[in-house]
Amino acid sequence: MSDTETFSYLCIGCPLGCRLEVDADPAGDVVEVRGFSCRKGKTYAVQEHTDPRRLVTTTVAIDGARWPRLPVRTTGEVPKALVTEVCRALRGVRVSAPVRLGQVIVADVLGTGRDVIATCDAPAAART
Amino acid sequence: MIDARPHVLHDHYDVVVAGGGPAGLGAALAAREAGAERVLVVDRETEAGGILLQCIHAGFGLHHFGEELTGPEYAQRVLEAALDGGVDVLTDAYLLDVGADRAVKLLSGEHGVATLDTRAAVLAMGARERTRSAIRIPGERPAGVFTAGLAQRLVNLHGVLPGRRVAILGSGDIGLIMARRLTLEGVEVAGVFELLPHANGLTRNVVQCLHDFDIPLHLSTTVIGIDGRDRVERVTVAPVDDHRRPLPDRAWDVACDTLLVSVGLIPENELSRQLRLRLDPVTQGPVVTSAMETSRDGVFACGNVVHIHDLVDFVSAEATLAGHHAGLFAAGRHPRADNVRLQPATNVAYCVPHTISTEREHTVYLRVRNPLERCVLRLSTPDGVVVHERKLRYVVPPEMVNLRLRPAVLADFHGDALQVEVLAR
Ligand SMILES: Cc1cc2nc3c(=O)[nH]c(=O)nc-3n(C[C@H](O)[C@H](O)[C@H](O)COP(=O)(O)OP(=O)(O)OC[C@H]3O[C@@H](n4cnc5c(N)ncnc54)[C@H](O)[C@@H]3O)c2cc1C
Repeated sequence: MSDTETFSYLCIGCPLGCRLEVDADPAGDVVEVRGFSCRKGKTYAVQEHTDPRRLVTTTVAIDGARWPRLPVRTTGEVPKALVTEVCRALRGVRVSAPVRLGQVIVADVLGTGRDVIATCDAPAAART
Repeated sequence: MIDARPHVLHDHYDVVVAGGGPAGLGAALAAREAGAERVLVVDRETEAGGILLQCIHAGFGLHHFGEELTGPEYAQRVLEAALDGGVDVLTDAYLLDVGADRAVKLLSGEHGVATLDTRAAVLAMGARERTRSAIRIPGERPAGVFTAGLAQRLVNLHGVLPGRRVAILGSGDIGLIMARRLTLEGVEVAGVFELLPHANGLTRNVVQCLHDFDIPLHLSTTVIGIDGRDRVERVTVAPVDDHRRPLPDRAWDVACDTLLVSVGLIPENELSRQLRLRLDPVTQGPVVTSAMETSRDGVFACGNVVHIHDLVDFVSAEATLAGHHAGLFAAGRHPRADNVRLQPATNVAYCVPHTISTEREHTVYLRVRNPLERCVLRLSTPDGVVVHERKLRYVVPPEMVNLRLRPAVLADFHGDALQVEVLAR
């Protein structure tokens, strides 16, 4: 067992916040999980170690609406390593009002298979 | 968001609601469903939805809608439901007063100062951010000190970044969420400094907002100085001892142009004070009955104006209760009296509602003072006779505890006060 490496994670399943330990062999496969106090914790540890994913929420520029920013999210989780890149990619995006909740702003962002959608309606603002 | 301005303002309403966040909108809909004909929601902002509009992150609605939504999605759902349910929403209007005769005074961008009659009122003004600890920090008063919520609004609605390198005081959820938000916008976050020996926000936010981006969290540490002439140039931070006193010998400087202060919310209670409602010194919100009625007949309250909620889902549940009773009150059906006072005791900071009835089913919300594992929530008489116990695996101050109480549980209890405690097993 000398060639396994131990990685630590903090469980987010509940406020117990269990300190999880994952032993992985040189190929990256999970050999053992310790420190969990429920099944959810064990599953989470394996997921976090092998393929951590996150939902991305940010904003894009919008013209002609009440506010200059439109809140958006990915339609599902993307690999954690891509979160920053997704946000960077959205920095250049600019849309025009009106926009409806759920409207696709960027399809299949960075080839993740997830779309980026608006999370609220942004009607065209009355000109003053 | 949808524009929801009514064309006419009537002079008589069944129910007027102060505040158009999830609490106010939920209460208004419930009042309609309880039979109230004319229900008006008044909000001082240009659009209804409350604080949720700037909370663009996910984590809302798992209990209430059975799916995880972002703040704006949750807000739009409750607004659409209220409008579909026949509620009038007046934005750009500040509710100034509810008179003893329930004459409501408001100041509206569209209608000027107006006075309306209402049969019942619901207070749902939400919360404001604490700033006291920031004011107490010695040093200059340069530009660049913001509350975390204001920074959130600037970034998420206005697209304005508060600075280039930021230190955050306080590890409440808003501070944690902003650490991630600013990092994703290309701002450097120098660290989060927390006075207490534990993070004040949810573990999920510690992991996904700090660990994911290698942002350091300094526990038992606080900001003891702010430096800079026109703009913040650095803050001085120091560890604290067991009595939370800073140890200046071990202080160090953190170069930054911005300090965000995230030290908690308190109920927006200006109107509650003006109405001379009985306030709970711990929550700083009004004392309420199990029908969410305040100490004044026909004036109900719900949401963050009563006590600070970490989950909007519970705000919605409370709002439904308050609005339902306001709607019935408008029709002349006053809530039935409660017969038991709840008294927070060991490790319980407060309970809401403040009174219950042994005749009906209730959900009691409470917040603990200190984290505990393997504990028990105990209801007992003031002289120590145990009436009911529920085992809990853990409790932490950032997470509200809720206790469903059925009449059967109190069948053998004949007193008029119950102590509420959370103890180690
Ligand atoms: C930064 C942050 C992050 C959060 N994250 C989560 C999360 O991840 N998940 C979750 O479930 N919950 C979260 N919450 C909690 C949740 O959003 C709140 O508990 C909820 O929005 C409170 O609703 P409310 O209607 O009581 O108050 P608010 O949403 O604050 O609404 C109050 C409204 O009243 C208006 N108002 C006040 N005074 C007056 C007056 N005199 N006249 C007219 N209008 C007035 C205000 O303009 C405002 O629109 C978060 C809260 C914050 C601040």
